[in-house]
Formats: sequence, C-alpha cells, structure tokens
Amino acid sequence: MSDTSAPEAPTALPPVKRRNAELVLIVVAVLITMMGIAIAGLNLNGRVPAATWTVGLTFGAFAVAAHAAMRFVAPYADPLILPCALFLNGIGVAMIWRLNAVESENIESAGVGMQLVWTALGLIFCFLIIIFLKDPRVLQRYTYVSALIALVLLALPALPVIGHEVYGARLWIKIGPITFQPSEFAKIALVIFLASYLMSKRQVLQIVGKPIKVGRFTLIELPRARDLAPILVGWLIAIGMLVVLRDLGTSLLLFGTFLAMLYVATQRSSWVTLGLVMFAGGATVAHFLFWHVRARVNIWINAFDNDVYEAVGGSQQLVQGIVGMAYGGLFGTGLGAGRPTDIFAADSDFILASIGEELGVTGLLAVLMALFLLVERGMRVALASTGTFNKLLASGMAFVLVYQTFIVLGGVSRVIPLTGSTTPFMSAGGTALLTSWIMMGILLRISDNARRPAPQAIQDEGATQVIRR
Amino acid sequence: MNTTIRRLSIFCLFMFLVLMVNVTWIQGLQAPAILEDPLNKRQFAEQISAPRGPIQAGGENIAYSENIAEEGRSPRYQRIYEGGQIYTPIVGSFRNFGASGIEAVTDDLLNGSDDRLAVRNFRDMITGRDPEGAQVQLTLVPEVQQAGYDAFAGLGGRNGAAVALDPKTGAILGAISYPSYDPTPVVDINNPGDSTAAYVQLENDPNKPLLNRALNERYPPGSTFKVVTAAAVIENLDATPDSTIAAPDLLEFPSGPPLPNAMGSCNGGQPDTLAHSIQISCNTSFANWAMEVGGQALSDQATAFGFNPEEQLTVPLSVVDSYAPAEQDTSILGRAGIGQSNVESTPLQMAMVAAGVANGGEVMRPYVVDSVRDSDLSVITQTSPETHSQAVSARTADMLTEMMVLVTTPPEGGGTNAAIPGIEVAGKTGTAENGTDKTHNWFIGFAPADDPQIAVAVVVEFGGGSGNELAAPVAKALMEAVVL
Repeated sequence: MSDTSAPEAPTALPPVKRRNAELVLIVVAVLITMMGIAIAGLNLNGRVPAATWTVGLTFGAFAVAAHAAMRFVAPYADPLILPCALFLNGIGVAMIWRLNAVESENIESAGVGMQLVWTALGLIFCFLIIIFLKDPRVLQRYTYVSALIALVLLALPALPVIGHEVYGARLWIKIGPITFQPSEFAKIALVIFLASYLMSKRQVLQIVGKPIKVGRFTLIELPRARDLAPILVGWLIAIGMLVVLRDLGTSLLLFGTFLAMLYVATQRSSWVTLGLVMFAGGATVAHFLFWHVRARVNIWINAFDNDVYEAVGGSQQLVQGIVGMAYGGLFGTGLGAGRPTDIFAADSDFILASIGEELGVTGLLAVLMALFLLVERGMRVALASTGTFNKLLASGMAFVLVYQTFIVLGGVSRVIPLTGSTTPFMSAGGTALLTSWIMMGILLRISDNARRPAPQAIQDEGATQVIRR
Repeated sequence: MNTTIRRLSIFCLFMFLVLMVNVTWIQGLQAPAILEDPLNKRQFAEQISAPRGPIQAGGENIAYSENIAEEGRSPRYQRIYEGGQIYTPIVGSFRNFGASGIEAVTDDLLNGSDDRLAVRNFRDMITGRDPEGAQVQLTLVPEVQQAGYDAFAGLGGRNGAAVALDPKTGAILGAISYPSYDPTPVVDINNPGDSTAAYVQLENDPNKPLLNRALNERYPPGSTFKVVTAAAVIENLDATPDSTIAAPDLLEFPSGPPLPNAMGSCNGGQPDTLAHSIQISCNTSFANWAMEVGGQALSDQATAFGFNPEEQLTVPLSVVDSYAPAEQDTSILGRAGIGQSNVESTPLQMAMVAAGVANGGEVMRPYVVDSVRDSDLSVITQTSPETHSQAVSARTADMLTEMMVLVTTPPEGGGTNAAIPGIEVAGKTGTAENGTDKTHNWFIGFAPADDPQIAVAVVVEFGGGSGNELAAPVAKALMEAVVL
C-alpha cells in the first residue's frame, strides 16, 4: 500500500494512502444506495424499479470517478472521508427517490429531481478545490473579504425582488427559475473568516485577560474591553438573525461555530461561558419580546398539546415526525413501507425522521455513526495538519457538520426547539449539498497536504535532514 | 492547539451521544406511548391501505371500500356509501380521523383484526392472499329505510325519528333519524382537509345531523304511553277494555294545576271505557287509571317493556336509557299515566312497546347486525332472536291489540291516517307537551294486527301538530313497505 519505490528518510513512517480500502468502501456505499432504491421499489410496487440502475449506476459512476480522481490529485488524503460522505449522499438519494416515487404519477418514471445533478456539481466543486487550492493558507489573505461575503450572503434573502420566502422562512434568493439558499455558503465564508481572524489574534486573546477574583481565587478571566469586540459583533449578528430574519437555525449555527472556534484558538473556556450566557440572555429577552420566538418555544415544549397541534404553524410537523419515528421502532418499516410523506419536508429538514421511520432506530444510528465518523475524521485532519490556520479551518468545518446535524435532528427529536436546517449530504436541495461537498474539498486538501510524505532528503546518510513539522 | 481540538471532538461525541440516546428513547422505549397518543393519526392511515369489509342491507352493499389508486400503485381504499344519507344513522361513517355507527362498533370485524378472524387471517397469510375484513349484514330493509326517510323529507323541514322492528324477532327493520347526512364528503381520502371541515360543519349544525335520534334521543312519549298504562291496568286491576273509570272534562288534583283533555269531552263527562279512552286518547280517564294502579305498578310495567334498564341496551349500537320512574305525587303520577312529567322514551323504546304488544306480550331484544361473514361468506356470527322480557300476558296483549285497532278505525279513531286499506292496523297516537309551544307528535303501532310483521314508533320533533296529522302518515309509509 505504501509507496516504497524510493528509499525513505529514516525518521519518517511509511506514508499510508489506503486508496484501495477507500474504493471498497465506496463500492459498498453505492451498493447500499442501489439496494435502498430496489427495496423501496419492491415495497411500493412489487418490482425492482429501473431507477435502481439509472439512478444507482449514475451515482456509482460519480462515486468511482471521484475515487479515481483522488488517486491522482490527493493520493494521501484521508481514505474514510470520501466513502462516508458518499454513503450519506447515497442514502439521501435513495430516500429522496423513495419519497418522489410516492408523489409521482408513475413509480417507474420517478426520479430524484435535481439531486444527482447537484451531487455531480458538488463533486466537481470538491475536486476543483482539491486541484486548485494547493495550499488553503492562501485563504488567510481574505480575512475581511470573507467576513464581508458571509454578511452579504446572510443579508441577501432580506433584499426585495430577489429575496424569496418559502413557508414563512426568508432564507432563499430567487433569480429566474433558480432558488438558492445563500446562508449555506455563508457558513464556509464564516469559517474561513474566523480561522484567519483568530489565527492573527489568538496570541493576544490568549494571553491578555482581566481576572475577576474572589479572594485569592480567579473566578473568571474576562477579555479586555477592546478584545471583547469580536464576541460582541458575533453575538449581535446571531441575535439579529434571530430577530430580523426569524432564522433560529442559522443563528444557532453561526454563534455556536464562532464559540467553538474561539475556544479552539484561545483555549479559554471562560469566554465560551461568557458567550453562552450572552446568547442565553439575548434569547430570553427575544423570547419575551417577539411572538415568533415564543411560538417556537411553545411548539417545542407543548408539542403534544391538542391546541398547539391544531394551530396554524403549530406542532403538527414535529408531532408527525416523532410519531413516524415511533412508528418505525427499532427496525423500521422498511424503505417504501412507511408513511414518511405524511410529514411535511420529509425529504429535507425531516429526512432523518424519514430514515428513522423506514430504517428504524438501527438505520438512523447507522447514519449517525457515519456522520460521526466523518466528523471525527475531520477532527483528525485538524490534528494532523500543520499551521494554526489549517487546524482552525479543518476543525471549524468538522464542527459545522456535527453542529448542523445536532440542530436539525435535535429539533426533530425535541432536544432543542425545531428550527429549519438541512442535514449534511442528505437533504434534498442543491445549496446544502454543494456546501457540504465544498467543505469536503477543503478538508481533503488539508488532509492530503498533512499526510503527504516530506520531500525526500537529497542523501539519506543523515548528514542533511529535512525537518518535518 | 491540539488539546482544544481534542476537547472539541469530545464535545462533538457528546452531541452525537445526546442525539443517539434521544432517538433510541423515542423509537425504542417511548414508542408505544407515542403511538397511543390521540395525535397519532396513523392507525387510520394504515386502514386506508387495507381492504375493509362491506356493510350490507338486504343483500346489497350499502358501505364498501374501493381501491382508487392508479394501476400499479400501492392501494388506497376509499369508503363508498350507497343511498346517500338514508342509512347513516345506523351505518355511521368511516372518516379520516374517526368512525361512528356500525363502522365504529364493528370496526375490528370490518378491518379484519377481530380475534374471531384470526384463523382465516393466518390461512390467508400462508396462502399469500391479501387478508380482507369481514362483511357485516344488517337487518335493515332498504324499502323501509327509504320509505321512512322520504316520509320525513316530506314533512317540511321537521326533524324526527322512526324505528321499525320485526316484532317476532326484534330485528330492526328500519331506523330513521332526520336530518341525517351524506357520508361521502366527510370520508373523502383525497382531500382530508375538506373532509374534516365538512365534518366540523356537521358537528356545529344546530339541527344535529350527527345525532341518531332513533336510539340516542329521549322525548316525552305523550299519549303513546297510554298503551303501557293500559297494560298495567289490565295486568294489575283485572280490567278489560270495557272497564270504566271517571273521565271528567277537567281533572283536579289535590295539588298542582288541573289536567284537561285534548278535545274537550271524552264521554260527555261520564265515566269512559278503557277501549274508548284509548281510541280517542282521553287524558283524564288515563290519569285516573294511573292513580288507581299506583306509581310503582306503572313503573314496573314500563320496566317490563324495557324502560329503566339495569344496564344499557346495545343493538350493538348503544341506546340511551328510557325512564318511567315510580311517582308518589298524584299530580305527577296522573301525568305520568299519559306519558308526560318524568316519563321519557327513545323512539326505539316505544317501538319495543308496540312490538311487545304485537308479539303476544313477549318483547324481543332489538338488534341490527344480522350476521357477520368472512370474505368467503362463511358465517362468523349469526344473531339469533332473544327474548328481552315477557311484558304482559298473551291475553292482555290481545286486549291491547283489540283496543289499538280502534285507534285507526274511523270515525272516532284518533290515528286514522295510519290505516292501510284492507289491512288491520293497531296503533296509538301521541302529542307530547315539552315546555315549548310546539308539541312532539308520536305514533306507535303494528300491522297486520292479526299477524304482525312490523311494529313502528315515529316521533316528529316539535311538530306542532297532532300525532295523527304528522306521525301517523310516516308510520303508515313504514308499515306499507313491509306488509303491502
């Protein structure tokens, strides 16, 4: 497996590529996707649908092409990231086909809408990034540009004409026939901005503090007033999202990511505590001032109350999702044999509830494990990479994935109030899928760089050593 | 910085653990409780995808399920109701989020989950056939049901109810409640929102189309109750149709307001015979008879016909209890003797009175489900007639019949509108005070008097006329549907 054609530097471990293992896992992921579509067709119609081959093999071709490209452009990148991402993407495609099949006129002609096109585009973007972003550290130069981009993207849907409202949430922009959720891309811009900002400021933030003491004990170490500014700005934006755009999901996501990266950069848990207290305070005030926040909380706490259920914009979706999951039980109804179409947004925000219903808690845990594995591989990339910026970028992206999953599934299963959010790789919708794949591209690039063996020493007698890391 | 990244990944693990524990809690431990929550609408949804057995009357399907899914799609069964609203009081409706009537009471049989179908379900599973629900055969006679519904529809918007029994078996031949509703718009599975809205509209309708007045509404029975009083008198006081009692034009009580007759004088102020008092519906003589026989004896006689039941009657639809308490106060007892004061009856109960008289004093237990058959038509249950009670002796029944025939006999009879040419009809009218200026108008009876095939009770709610004017024609229509 390792490249042993040239003699190695004595201190270096043989580089591990494991691309063949990646291929095997990818084939398994594609087979699971095809089987999912086949089983759904059998349950719905008693026949293996043509989509097993048309959709399944198209997806398989994309997957294998991605693998082949990896061998050339990022041979040393982590071998688990691509299979995990493709597995999630594939399960999502199978589920979306299954949901479309019920809605469409004829099961045989049912497709997956644009999902395969977006998958292909996502993979293309992923590899464009791997190929052209030789060293992600160049992104450091664009600290404030990315901050501006993030803000513009977040604000776009609020604009007249192009801003587009879907079911009461103003998260989209619409240009011609194409709708587009810019807050998804804003996540990437935000992580890039935070990584470069915190890289340049972390030493200041790390060292200088104002201890609040009780007697001899330091109770909490607060930042100096002028260093507090970034936290305040982040907090203001988060609360603004909550109040102005009524988008609790993005608000939580942005602020949580900000605090996580702040912690990674500064190792100051006191600041995270401070941020959490500020957010909790802001959210409490918002709760008392704004009815839409109160409505959200009420739906969360009193979901099974009949009046809340019957109310317009009430807890019906949430309750039907939970009933669907309970209906699935431990082993699920089987793909195609449940009734996930009873749930509004079964293929996007509630796709994990659909999975829980038809594949059971067993299948849902398997999907969560794959997501978890993907996230932890992302964290490994951060650990293995060199340079503060790369570490922050990689860990930030991994955190966005897990945190987004927590917000959406936590909302669906009533851990936290339900907020509209997409499930990485699985939800129907192009912007979310593109964003996820772009983040994979950055992670794979960082990983490839980190694991690539150091350039060979000119001579291996030990006279001249290349110092790694 | 690796330390903080490690800590962050542990935090990620923690978030995943929270999610995993929570979904396991929901889908594993909490699932049974969630599925029992009334907000779970899926039991119904499941039933949509399985064939439900038909409900039949007179050998024809009056409610059945039809697969409306397109070719090659998973089946979706729409419940279809024949005959619009005429069967709804009994059959009920099988809606998106609930069911009523026979659809609800025999739900387990119709959807095939009843234990009695377990063997055949198992066989279907082995042989790979799709399991089907059982079919429920009702005792309703379509002609009776149609005739009764049409008769009410011709009453100019008056509400009411009618019950027709086979006096020999207790089979319910007809049960009409007016107004009714057509189940079709409330059971549409294609537009569940519209269906629910249509049902809510019915719930809020002041005419209460969802109420089955035939079984579940009580009315003062008025003069039709005189049949019960007469039965008590004959049984307890050895009276005959020729026995007389004082029949003043205005009856004074020791306390309370005096009681008048509806048409003034019964026998010119002289004592009147029992037979003549029935024929022209004399109030004062019957009040005197009631006081003569006593509150306890009158109440006991009513109980023998089915009033004051110890446990609620089911046919298998639940029937509300009818009351005729034992009165002490003479003023109240006198009025109880003519079916007022505290006496309240369902139309079904008064039909049982008529049927008991018709059947030689033996009241049969009413029932509406004749048989249940599985999809192979082999019988699962068959209702056999049961005696409810022996209300009066055969001799008493004959006397009562004799007197009730006079009611439909011109010129003096009070219920001549129920007379059927060539057939002897026994009957009794009733015009019941109810505290409003519009009386309830009753008719009970049976035909033919010598070999009864149908016994009926009709009430026109707040009819404001007389029993002969409004209720007797309905009763006639019902009886004609069977005896002609």
